[in-house]
Amino acid sequence: MNPIKILVAAKRVVDYNVRVRLKPDHSGIATDGVKMGVNPFDEIALEEALRIRERGEASEVVVATVGPHEAESQIRSLLAMGADRAIHIETTRETGPLEVAHVLYHLVQEIEPGLVILGKQAIDDDCGQVGPMLAALWGRPQATFVSKLTLEGGRAQAVREVDHGLETVEVDLPAVITTDLRLNTPRFIKMPDIMKARQKPLDRRPFENCGIDLPRLEVEAYLPPPERVAGLRVESVSELVTRLRDRGVL
Amino acid sequence: MSPEDFFGIGSELTEEDRLVQSTVARFVDERALPLLPRAFEEGFFPMELIPEIGSLGILGSSVHGYGCPGLGALAYGVICEELERGDSGLRSFVSVQSSLVMYPIATYGTEEQKARWLPKLARAEAIGCFGLTEAHGGSDPAALQTRARLEGGNWILSGSKMWITNGTLADLAVVWAQTDQGIRGFLVEKGMPGFHAQAIHHKLSLRASDTAALFFENVTVPEQNRLAGAQGLKAPLSCLTQARYGIAWGALGAARSCLSTVLDYTRTRELFGRPLAATQTVQRRIAAMVRALTLARLLAFRLGQLKDQGTLDPAQVSLAKWNNVRMALEIAREARDLLGGAGITTEFPPLRHALNLESVATYEGTETIHELVVGKAVTGFDAF
Ligand SMILES: Cc1cc2nc3c(=O)[nH]c(=O)nc-3n(C[C@H](O)[C@H](O)[C@H](O)COP(=O)(O)OP(=O)(O)OC[C@H]3O[C@@H](n4cnc5c(N)ncnc54)[C@H](O)[C@@H]3O)c2cc1C
Ligand SMILES: Cc1cc2nc3c(=O)[nH]c(=O)nc-3n(C[C@H](O)[C@H](O)[C@H](O)COP(=O)(O)OP(=O)(O)OC[C@H]3O[C@@H](n4cnc5c(N)ncnc54)[C@H](O)[C@@H]3O)c2cc1C
Repeated sequence: MNPIKILVAAKRVVDYNVRVRLKPDHSGIATDGVKMGVNPFDEIALEEALRIRERGEASEVVVATVGPHEAESQIRSLLAMGADRAIHIETTRETGPLEVAHVLYHLVQEIEPGLVILGKQAIDDDCGQVGPMLAALWGRPQATFVSKLTLEGGRAQAVREVDHGLETVEVDLPAVITTDLRLNTPRFIKMPDIMKARQKPLDRRPFENCGIDLPRLEVEAYLPPPERVAGLRVESVSELVTRLRDRGVL
Repeated sequence: MSPEDFFGIGSELTEEDRLVQSTVARFVDERALPLLPRAFEEGFFPMELIPEIGSLGILGSSVHGYGCPGLGALAYGVICEELERGDSGLRSFVSVQSSLVMYPIATYGTEEQKARWLPKLARAEAIGCFGLTEAHGGSDPAALQTRARLEGGNWILSGSKMWITNGTLADLAVVWAQTDQGIRGFLVEKGMPGFHAQAIHHKLSLRASDTAALFFENVTVPEQNRLAGAQGLKAPLSCLTQARYGIAWGALGAARSCLSTVLDYTRTRELFGRPLAATQTVQRRIAAMVRALTLARLLAFRLGQLKDQGTLDPAQVSLAKWNNVRMALEIAREARDLLGGAGITTEFPPLRHALNLESVATYEGTETIHELVVGKAVTGFDAF
């Protein structure tokens, strides 16, 4: 099999260690001065792509992100990790899963990758939709929540974590893969590679130039999860039944 | 606003330096912290970290070429900060290798010495130590008694060194000795006949670090192992300036670890019907920690700028080392107290940091010595 190109999608999100807080007007999550990072599932996606490249099964790993100008620091870290080049689709506004899937589809037509690897979800909005939407737009097979991936003869074998255990699926390439936590552990960046990442190509493009005009998701408000009210202890089964009746459950 | 960086100094760092910091932070959290409390308790350096430290590329971070990344002073600072957030012993390991072994070889070594040692030291395939202190008085290194005399083109080294970090681990010791021409530096290799290292036991501080005595019984050291460019006491002192700079940053890490522990603990511990953190005296103590840490961070950051500009004065490093280690030590003791009984085991880091910081306050110039350095700089009188 000829080495393929791999496109990895990555999102800038609030660092997974940060206890998030809402903006006072409930219009979103407060991000001022909050530590940001790469969505952990996307780092796993890049790690997998790098391992495939290091096995000689891929010739190039391209990372793409849709996000604000500041996302450049996340891109630099992905380049330092080992991606060959990056494409930054810049926009200051929140983009919904369908818009991102369209951007990636646009890039797929340009790059013609054999694999697109994405996180199974972003840890900020937990939508988990970009991968499947991209596969649908592209008309190519997908394997989601993958915890093991092997390539052979133009096909990918993917082990998926499902409720009743593990499921193995085979898909023809090109295909879309979304990563689960157990797929791999991303490598540590090496200090000399941080300096080298400066020299790697980073292609910045305004979102508006992608020609995507879709109805936008509108967020009305962000609310914290309701506080859990304390449970209550009942003395006997008959009391339990009475209480349930009182609430109209029985 | 982050309690650990109240004035947002982190945003003054370059993107690269922030990436250096987050990478080392992840290494410390995922790889080192699971090992450090036990290493401290049982008194050993966690050897399995050595190859990982080598592959991260943090050793000799400021050295250009020879397989080193050539990062700036602020990058070295944040590396030290993150490592010491883990344990002062871990930071010491890297300080010694970077500032006290690789720095003198890069600065005073011959081309052959650099090519032979720096790439290996950078990958942690060779470990180095730095032998300046002797048992009779570390604060007065000019009085060192280890001697090297020239005999038929070779140097014959005799004497001993005390309190040497990485001493028994080392493949290479940078040893400072008196010669007829004054103080000179030598690269003494493990296995040279007459050279022995002996671990120092029963330490109550810096337990996750190898500390040793070195003995030289007429060790023959070839002239090509002498650091050709190092003449006089100013050579080892210049190494100490590098290491002290790193310690000024490292102390921030130890203090951060203590502060974040206390913040978590007092938020959830309820006494007298409310969280400890909602109690005035506890808040005052925490606020004082934040104040001291913020000031120390400003010092460290400014020091890094001066170092990168090349205008750093050693007295400025002395002031920062003294202030920042004192700050960290006081925060660690306060933090230990605020944990109550829970603060006395290895489950929480403050007491481990406090005990470590006793060494950090002593090595690389005691607090008094740094006060006297600053005193001399501002009065003009040498009062040592
Ligand atoms: C864990 C550890 C690791 C170390 N690692 C290394 C290493 O890798 N390499 C190395 O070379 N050394 C190392 N050292 C040695 C360290 O640098 C010395 O311990 C330090 O310089 C102090 O020297 P000393 O212990 O002999 O104390 P002393 O010099 O005997 O000082 C004792 C006390 O006297 C005070 N004092 C000294 N002179 C004066 C004065 N003129 N006026 C007023 N007060 C004064 C000091 O401040 C101190 O409080 C290490 C030490 C420790 C504890
Ligand atoms: C080695 C050891 C041996 C011990 N032996 C015994 C024993 O034999 N028998 C026994 O009964 N107990 C024993 N103790 C328990 C000891 O008495 C308690 O640890 C001590 O009373 C502190 O309680 P605590 O650890 O729960 O800390 P906490 O009460 O949780 O205190 C934590 C911190 O909060 C501060 N704080 C608490 N309340 C306030 C407030 N209202 N305002 C401001 N600050 C506040 C405290 O000063 C402290 O700094 C022992 C403890 C140790 C460490």
